Amino acid sequence: MAELTIRERQAGDVTVLDMDGRITIGEGSVALRSAVRRLLEEGKKKILLNLAGVGYIDSSGIGELVSSYTAINKEGGQLKLLSLTQKLQDLLTITKLLTVFDSYDTEDEALSNFK
Amino acid sequence: MTDQTTRLVLPSHIEAVADAAAAASEFARTCGLADDAAFGIDMAVREAITNAIVHGNKEDDSKKVELTLNCSQNAVEIEVKDQGEGFDPGSVPDPTAPENILKTSGRGNFLIRNLMDEVDWSKRADGGTTVRMVKRF
Repeated sequence: MAELTIRERQAGDVTVLDMDGRITIGEGSVALRSAVRRLLEEGKKKILLNLAGVGYIDSSGIGELVSSYTAINKEGGQLKLLSLTQKLQDLLTITKLLTVFDSYDTEDEALSNFK
Repeated sequence: MTDQTTRLVLPSHIEAVADAAAAASEFARTCGLADDAAFGIDMAVREAITNAIVHGNKEDDSKKVELTLNCSQNAVEIEVKDQGEGFDPGSVPDPTAPENILKTSGRGNFLIRNLMDEVDWSKRADGGTTVRMVKRF
């Protein structure tokens, strides 16, 4: 069973990645990295990561979120986060990354904030 | 409750991290720690073992990581030992500093410090680093 499953869908001009599992060193982090890289290669630069199904992330996974954010911004795109679990929210707060990422509790609110 | 100790010897493969972290959190629950604290132990052990495998032992198959879990009446004490060249915790920059916030690595030890009540790193005389972590009830 894969550590992280990612399902892709479009909501207008925003690509939503619905993630389920763990974003940790190894398989999970690589899966996220590959998905974001592929989207950028396809010219899809508005990306919403739906983290409702992600209950566990380690420092490598956090690093992968940062790497995705940087890569997308570098291409003139936008990355936003949706439905952080409480544990993810706590970790991003401790690491001061909650001030870096735009995160939302509802998809409608997230989508309306893409420029 | 009487003291309990469990010791695991792990290969220097990333694949060994998840099972070891799960074993540590299960040990902590059996010891009597609440779920939140046991989750913190899972995460801290995961970070410490990853560091031991990747930075300490450089994923060298010939080197091992030793995980020791001890349960006493008022705390869970954990040691992670690698067979690397030693580590200076002061050499790791603060990942929350503005100049480091967008770096993609360097948060492991910071998370350990935030998740555990005590943590220290020491270099052993025979080489290698020992990370000692304590979570109190």
